[in-house]
Amino acid sequence: MIDKNQITEVSLTEEQEMYKENVLDHFKNPRNFGTLLDCKKEKGLNPLCGDQIELFVKLNNNKIEDIKFNGKGCAISQASASLLTEHIKNKDLNEVKQVNEEKIKELLGIPISYMRIKCANLSLKTLKKITGE
Amino acid sequence: MTIKQTLSMEMMKQDFPILKRLINNKEIIYLDSAASSQKPQIVIDTIKNFYENTNANIHRGVYKLSEEATIAYEEAHKKVADLINANPNEIIFTSGTTASINLLAYSLGKELKQGDEIVLTELEHHSNLVPWQQLAKEKKLKLSFIKVKEDLTLDLEHAKQLINSNTKIVASTHVSNAIGTLIPVKELAKLAHEVKAYYIVDGAQSVPHMKVDVKDLDVDFLAFSGHKMLGPTGIGALYGKRELLEKISPFMYGGDMISEVTWEDSTWNELPMKFEAGTPNIAGGIGFGVAAEYLKAADPEKIHAHTKDLAEYARDRLNSIQGVTVYGPTNSENRSNIVSFNIEGIHAHDVASILDKEGVCVRGGHHCAMPLMTKLNLQGTVRASFYLYNSYDDIENLVLAVEKAKQVFNK
Ligand SMILES: Cc1ncc(COP(=O)(O)O)c(C=O)c1O
Repeated sequence: MIDKNQITEVSLTEEQEMYKENVLDHFKNPRNFGTLLDCKKEKGLNPLCGDQIELFVKLNNNKIEDIKFNGKGCAISQASASLLTEHIKNKDLNEVKQVNEEKIKELLGIPISYMRIKCANLSLKTLKKITGE
Repeated sequence: MTIKQTLSMEMMKQDFPILKRLINNKEIIYLDSAASSQKPQIVIDTIKNFYENTNANIHRGVYKLSEEATIAYEEAHKKVADLINANPNEIIFTSGTTASINLLAYSLGKELKQGDEIVLTELEHHSNLVPWQQLAKEKKLKLSFIKVKEDLTLDLEHAKQLINSNTKIVASTHVSNAIGTLIPVKELAKLAHEVKAYYIVDGAQSVPHMKVDVKDLDVDFLAFSGHKMLGPTGIGALYGKRELLEKISPFMYGGDMISEVTWEDSTWNELPMKFEAGTPNIAGGIGFGVAAEYLKAADPEKIHAHTKDLAEYARDRLNSIQGVTVYGPTNSENRSNIVSFNIEGIHAHDVASILDKEGVCVRGGHHCAMPLMTKLNLQGTVRASFYLYNSYDDIENLVLAVEKAKQVFNK
């Protein structure tokens, strides 16, 4: 039998590094969660996790006047949607178009493994459908 | 809870070189054999040896190398046939379960006409669903699904209602890869044959783990994958009753599968070549044969008992953790080596990622059974599947990793 004490002694750092407090907070208390009427909207699906995102974007003078998202899925997909909407709200469309995978990783601030990049990028991909890239 | 050491399967762990590898200084706790199993040294050596000493095309050359390769490839059919109590000419090598089922959807599909019915179950993997669904759309066939009951077993009464004189094909999995339910295939075979329908079994999850005797079960076709049963990837099989394989059309046309070709027409080679067009995965096939031989020697009944004991123990341990829900049939008789569960408030993929950091390899997600997950109102589950090289220690590691996931998410 394995020595349980030895295992529980292993520090949590690696996992905690992966799911930092900030990410968990955005997952549990997502910002801009909900729906909007009279706006542009798009859906995104990630077949790996079964993550779903729906983005609602209200544009005014090439500016993101309001943005909301709806969805369910893993912590990484949902937290990144929350972080992304927070980041681009009230920003100019040209600026929004600059947002890329690197920016998403920066917003999340955690190491994203190769297999999870799709989760992290789901909201960005959905946004790109709206901004027409 | 008593730990039943059914057999010294753990001794066999030594045959699997990958399990000696450390990742992040931790042993690999491999609990994803339902997705793909690890390979014993003898299978790896067989493939290496083929390329180093025997490699040549089969059925074509008259020289020594080609002869040896041909004999080895044909022997492999025999070894796979022996495992499921079939004849070697009833075993068609394909690239795997998915290819086997697509072959059937094409070849049997040719016989079907508008209004014919296909009956599946709600427990199917996408690979035993999408080919039939698309065939049904194309040919205007009726497609229906035998329901799973509240206790996650198959509703045989519903099966009796659905299967009727218009039913031409009944196809079901043997073991659900998503929630581990064992399907009463013998009963379904009877129901299908009463209306003269073909009965097809997706054996991807059963052939690796338990005794599957095609004669005893009386199935018409059985599809399975080499990579889930200790063999290499890119190889699998379709078993079919000889008279049926002789009757139905080939799926792929080309070299090797013909007997005689003129400008105008062709006749087909004998079984199984009729269905094995083109140069096959020769090394893979030979490795697959050795895997089947290894399994037979290990005794499928013992493997089933061992992996099921592990799964039952894992269920008990996981059930005792607060916030964990384990899915699957309530009655242990209908359960297999697969344990599907969730931790409240944590998505299956996040659980799988955290478990990975502890060296525990599990699958998280919908397990290629999206309609089933939707029906059960689940976004997905975490799935631990056990095989002959797993042990009770692996379960202790799993349980500790699950506790850790809860801590990370403050649950
Ligand atoms: C029940 C079942 N059927 C079919 C398949 C498909 O097998 P393969 O991907 O080897 O073709 C799988 C494997 O994931 C499975 O579990």
